[in-house]
Amino acid sequence: MQNDSIYVLLADDDEDDRLFFKVAFESIKIKTLVKTVNDGVELMNYLVDNQNKLPHILFLDLNMPFKSGMECLQEIKKIDYLKDVAIAIYSTSASEQEIEDAFVNGANVYIKKPHDFTTLKKFLEEVITINWHYLTSGLNRDCFLLSL
Amino acid sequence: MKFIIQIDINIVGKKLLQEHLDQMQLNYILRGTGEVEINEPFSDDKLNELTLGLKKYGIVIIEDEKSILIQKIKDAIIEMVYMDENSPITSGMPTFLSDKLKYSYGYLSNLFSSFTYTSIENFTQLQKIERSKYLIINTALNISEIAWKLNYSSIAHFSNQFKKVTGLTPSTFQRIIKKRRQVQIKEPDIETNS
Repeated sequence: MQNDSIYVLLADDDEDDRLFFKVAFESIKIKTLVKTVNDGVELMNYLVDNQNKLPHILFLDLNMPFKSGMECLQEIKKIDYLKDVAIAIYSTSASEQEIEDAFVNGANVYIKKPHDFTTLKKFLEEVITINWHYLTSGLNRDCFLLSL
Repeated sequence: MKFIIQIDINIVGKKLLQEHLDQMQLNYILRGTGEVEINEPFSDDKLNELTLGLKKYGIVIIEDEKSILIQKIKDAIIEMVYMDENSPITSGMPTFLSDKLKYSYGYLSNLFSSFTYTSIENFTQLQKIERSKYLIINTALNISEIAWKLNYSSIAHFSNQFKKVTGLTPSTFQRIIKKRRQVQIKEPDIETNS
């Protein structure tokens, strides 16, 4: 497992955010492979196409056109073979209610988008490290909740 | 109808392993959590058969020395976390690990950090919090009983550690898992085959 990279999929409609994510992932210790899609519809099309490899973890922006992150989350949790994909929600807003709703609907991680790049890197590194432990140390994924 | 089940992963893993080894009619001994000793000539073909048979359950045979030691460190930490009141976590974790594995703590600690992206201390904390989550969800113990059981000096200390690792308080965590189960029971899953 140590030598395999973690496959990360990111759905975000904002081009700058997508770029920041990619650059941030390049600088963290765990090897990752990052793919991005531009909105919720593209994401769902990607996930239901069984030609495509499933990600180890999916980062989901809440505010996207056509299909919101929350709608995607609810759809994903109803599809059996997608259930084990860890889901990290990230959003500019983070009221306690929003965070709780996301978790109740099956999200594993909730990240409030930080304003600076250094914090973003730190957050992503933490999420990927913890997720890696859930993948390699036999921890119960149903209990994987992390709010940053 | 829907119901909630409780699974002891350690028992499931052990039973699966035993069934497979029995099926292959091998003469074996299970040692501790993750060690199997085969007392007969064991061909590569048989090893491949076993590897393939176990793979679908997420059971992997580890062969290289360092990975084996990392796994042993993890197993020892988990054993320690599950010892409850007598656990050496607070007093003498370094001594416990080096006595058990016959290496200096410094060596174990460096090896662990360079292979797992985390330190022994952080991994121990993560495992403790995982255990507390299990207790929160599956037992009737309250937060202060759990804090005591896991050797935290106070409820505040436990809550702080929990919050540090998960970003949530123990009671928020408990509420979320309860609600999640209600949602799952209310909305039956759409049958989709992969």
